[in-house]
Amino acid sequence: MINIYKVLIRNELLVELQYPLALAIWMLEKLLEPIIYLAVWTSVAVSQGGDVNGLTVADFAAYYIALLLVGHLTQNWHIWTIEWYVREGQLSKYLVRPIHPIHESITNDWIYKLLMMVVILPAMFLLAWLFSPSLQFDFGAILRFIPAICLAGALGFLGGWVVGLSAFWTTRNGTLVQMYFLMMLFFSGRIAPLELLPDFMRQIAFILPFRWIISFPIEVLLGWVAPQDAMVGIGIQFAWVVALILLAIAIWQMSVRRYSAVGG
Amino acid sequence: MTPIVHVEKLSKTYSVTDREGGLKAALKNLINRKKRDVKAVNEVSFDIEAGEIVGFLGPNGAGKTTTLKMLSGLLHPTAGVGQVLGFTPYKRERAYLSQMTLVMGQRNQLIWDIPATDSFDLNRVVYRLNPDDFKRTRDELVDLLELAPIITKPVRNLSLGERMKCEIAAALLHRPKVLFLDEPTLGLDVTSQRRIRAFIKDYNAKYGATVLLTSHYMADIEALCKRVIIIHHGKLIFDGELSQLAHQFSADKTISATLENPPENTDAFKVYGEVLGYEDGQIRLKIPKQNTSAMISKLLSEWSVLDVSIQEPPIEDVIEHIFASPKETSA
Repeated sequence: MINIYKVLIRNELLVELQYPLALAIWMLEKLLEPIIYLAVWTSVAVSQGGDVNGLTVADFAAYYIALLLVGHLTQNWHIWTIEWYVREGQLSKYLVRPIHPIHESITNDWIYKLLMMVVILPAMFLLAWLFSPSLQFDFGAILRFIPAICLAGALGFLGGWVVGLSAFWTTRNGTLVQMYFLMMLFFSGRIAPLELLPDFMRQIAFILPFRWIISFPIEVLLGWVAPQDAMVGIGIQFAWVVALILLAIAIWQMSVRRYSAVGG
Repeated sequence: MTPIVHVEKLSKTYSVTDREGGLKAALKNLINRKKRDVKAVNEVSFDIEAGEIVGFLGPNGAGKTTTLKMLSGLLHPTAGVGQVLGFTPYKRERAYLSQMTLVMGQRNQLIWDIPATDSFDLNRVVYRLNPDDFKRTRDELVDLLELAPIITKPVRNLSLGERMKCEIAAALLHRPKVLFLDEPTLGLDVTSQRRIRAFIKDYNAKYGATVLLTSHYMADIEALCKRVIIIHHGKLIFDGELSQLAHQFSADKTISATLENPPENTDAFKVYGEVLGYEDGQIRLKIPKQNTSAMISKLLSEWSVLDVSIQEPPIEDVIEHIFASPKETSA
């Protein structure tokens, strides 16, 4: 398996490096999102006398700078790829090979994410310089952040796969995918830190997996979660990962049975 | 001897939604969805022995590709048995997938943005090939298919023929024992078609591989397959030697006769059958099969004939005749 990953990684790098301009444009889009949220919440905070529900302008800055990193490391585009593979019958070429197609998705996922860190990290420093976030360096928080972000990345990936597999049933699963992203936007803490949501929405957010993908790792990194609560959170993330792996395996097996290999 | 491919009453039924065109029909369909079952493959049975190259024929939509997809593990059969190399294909066991290959014309398994040689390398690890064996097979394929100048160019920059040759090379790097080739020469020019044909023949001879091949080009079938299987409307209607096909299905024979004293025009020959051509004293006639002997005797008694021969019609015409038959009578 290591040999397979070595070649997959090399090929993926070769593919990604073919289109530097496309990468740069994607990147610009990624940078704009937190900057817009940051600008909006900063002006809301200023208009309310310096804070919203206890979150200051500097807190917002810290949150959205961290979102740039966490959002990037947990994003998922395979949700679209699976639909395309199924609709166009492209999946056939992966199914006749003695290797599960998920390995190519995993490689594509991490190569893209690692390559883009070259832009993400400087962008974070630039934003930190522009918006003066409230950051304290807490070594323990950074240590806890490592498993939290890895599990969040796995959750984002698996969530995308599970929803993407719905293409086997509906072929055009666009609306379901939109719903997934909409729920992600509100319940993950992407559009606003969860503390700002009404109570009932916050309760829903805690039941759903989205919070564990975005807001939890951000809060851990910023030291907003007590060490003990962070460990509990990591445990919950782990449980979600296991649940989604089992779900992905079950749905995959059902999906392949249904696959009608369109095109011919 | 156990057959390499064993197919028994294999069936595949698709459930399709039927509706007429237009917005009104689309809205109606939202509320009352009419589904109907389509038997793409209907109780097809055949065996293929090791080393055979079998042509799999049928018009578009006959069920050829569906059968190939079931045999390569892409589709689950609705009923019946499909076994290849002793494996049940849809279980997609590693040991099975490592010994077979499916090449679908125009379907790209190479990575589009990088040279084919990098895709070849991926197959090396995916199929767990020994580096020396891999290198030997790759070099041999590169040599046979004349790929040396093209495998270092990004696949997207290759012509259709070049890409197809690379596809075939990629599909054979692991030296599969069974090859399912679905229209491997589709869209290629005559030279590329001929080269791929020759290559399949060589590969079969060299490695004793079993090949099931579909093609709309009869030249492919005639050059490669002694045996053909024909399916039409999902049912098997012929399984036998290609040479027997015309004998079984053709309603007519062609008689060519060279006459000692050829007449001015062909009017006098219309009593025998349809005149296909008349040139340099040689007349070609299409005669219903059951009348052949009677008409030859009549011709020989009425004309001074220098030479006469009876031929089966061209295989293309026979196939066209079979495929044109309606569903009720084809089986």
